[in-house]
Amino acid sequence: MEILFFSLFNGILYGLLLFMLSAGLTLIFGMMGVLNFAHASFFMLGAYFAYQISQFIGFWPALVIAPLVVGVAGALVERYGLRQVHKYGHVAELLFTFGIAFVIEELVQMVWGKAPVPYEIPQSMKFTALTWQGMNYSAYRVFMVLISVGIFAALYLFLKRTRVGLIIQAALSYPDVVGSLGHNVPRIFMLVFGFGTALAGIAGVLGGNVLGTEPAMALQLGTIVFVVIVVGGLGSLGGALIASIFIGLLTNMAVSFDIPFRGFFEALGVSPEAMGTGKDLIDMTSSGISPILPYLLLVLMLIFRPRGLFGQRDV
Amino acid sequence: MLRVENLHAYYGKSHILQGVSLFIGEGEIVSLLGRNGVGRSTTITAIMGQVAHTGSIVFRGEDIGGLEAHQIAQRGIGYVPENRNIFPTLTTRQNLLLGEKKPGQTGRWSMADLFELFPLLRERADFPGGVLSGGEQQLLAICRTLMGDPDLIMIDEPTEGLAPQLVEQVGRLLQEIADRGVSILLVEQKLTIALKISKRVYVMGHGKIVWDGTPQELRADPQIRREWLEV
Repeated sequence: MEILFFSLFNGILYGLLLFMLSAGLTLIFGMMGVLNFAHASFFMLGAYFAYQISQFIGFWPALVIAPLVVGVAGALVERYGLRQVHKYGHVAELLFTFGIAFVIEELVQMVWGKAPVPYEIPQSMKFTALTWQGMNYSAYRVFMVLISVGIFAALYLFLKRTRVGLIIQAALSYPDVVGSLGHNVPRIFMLVFGFGTALAGIAGVLGGNVLGTEPAMALQLGTIVFVVIVVGGLGSLGGALIASIFIGLLTNMAVSFDIPFRGFFEALGVSPEAMGTGKDLIDMTSSGISPILPYLLLVLMLIFRPRGLFGQRDV
Repeated sequence: MLRVENLHAYYGKSHILQGVSLFIGEGEIVSLLGRNGVGRSTTITAIMGQVAHTGSIVFRGEDIGGLEAHQIAQRGIGYVPENRNIFPTLTTRQNLLLGEKKPGQTGRWSMADLFELFPLLRERADFPGGVLSGGEQQLLAICRTLMGDPDLIMIDEPTEGLAPQLVEQVGRLLQEIADRGVSILLVEQKLTIALKISKRVYVMGHGKIVWDGTPQELRADPQIRREWLEV
């Protein structure tokens, strides 16, 4: 039972991190039609900036400053890069973001090296916040959950209650109409891009010290974030939230409960001894396939429901 | 007020507009008629800056040809697209609010005003735009553009697919718009409303203006109607 609660907690935590990353990505896609391959690179920048800034003035200022710097960098990339490429169509945009992802990775390696940097959880957060059902929940992880939920609530209120939020929602369905009503759509694109990358930056600051801050982190999480937005439905924030949490729970549960597949095959009447080369497959457990579960989900989703859970249009 | 000269536009290799020239005076209602696919919609999307084009588009003495849609809207041109494009997740009220170029903008039209004219919209004020009927969406689309207080409004096929009763309501709205001194460029396929309210008429065929004159002249010329308008 305690394992269930513990992995529920960790699954939700991981899911919330994924959501913070995918929220910006899905908004950018919904509005601009741009699949931003570099999105997770901004997540990585958030982690590295936080590491660097916390060397000088500590974690708490870094939590604020690093996402701001990342957001400004994102806005500049949109304003002076993507906007120029836009007239050549979506393929050019896609290739452009691909290039940006490589440039950021190389820059990070040049400045901080190929090895992971020792970005650590702040000392003040290294204690057990609560003990429940015999399991200890660290203060920092509880804090991560609180911040993520807070950001989700703020984002929701911003989109539903403010005029700029309404314009963004409207531009998700018909950017051209929003423009012909007199709203500066390119500026809104820039703001959403900056805001989305800043959210990725926050995820980097919060997640970098738990997941590890290294040049490969962008690619690792980047692909899963694409699974999230395809499963949730391109352009749908609610879908991204549900898909993030679901993938978080799925991968965590698969590891915690480590279900062996042997019994399943035996129930099917397949005897492991009779199998030659397939024996290894039968002896696997669910934790072994945990890393590929999101991609399995992606494939199934694309086959059976290409528009995702809440998408307005097909992928 | 608006003078378009020698407008050309392409979709890929097909030459959609082949030198369109037209003129709209202050407070004038002008219709652009023609069959489907002759370039009427492209003409107004080009004026709105949403289609790449060559030629000159002068609005109140300023060449607006190179501007972006939002800049053109800010100068006082409103555009109601053919497929209405009501924001489906936003309520009727929110759709109207987005028509304002600045929050709390005042001008010829207010929300209370428009609700007064169309109680139908007031009843639907807090419904998401996506659940409104085609006719309600059409009224809402026009009213949304009016909230930005344009001096010239370009409306693409407002009566397409509407029930007769709603066609009449749209006609009433167009008349009200004209009465408040707003110029109208109406794109239509059917002649009913267009001939009733327009002061002048342009007929388009194969990417060019093939005829222009008054509604009376068009009524009196079955030859033109047969060749360019009747289906």
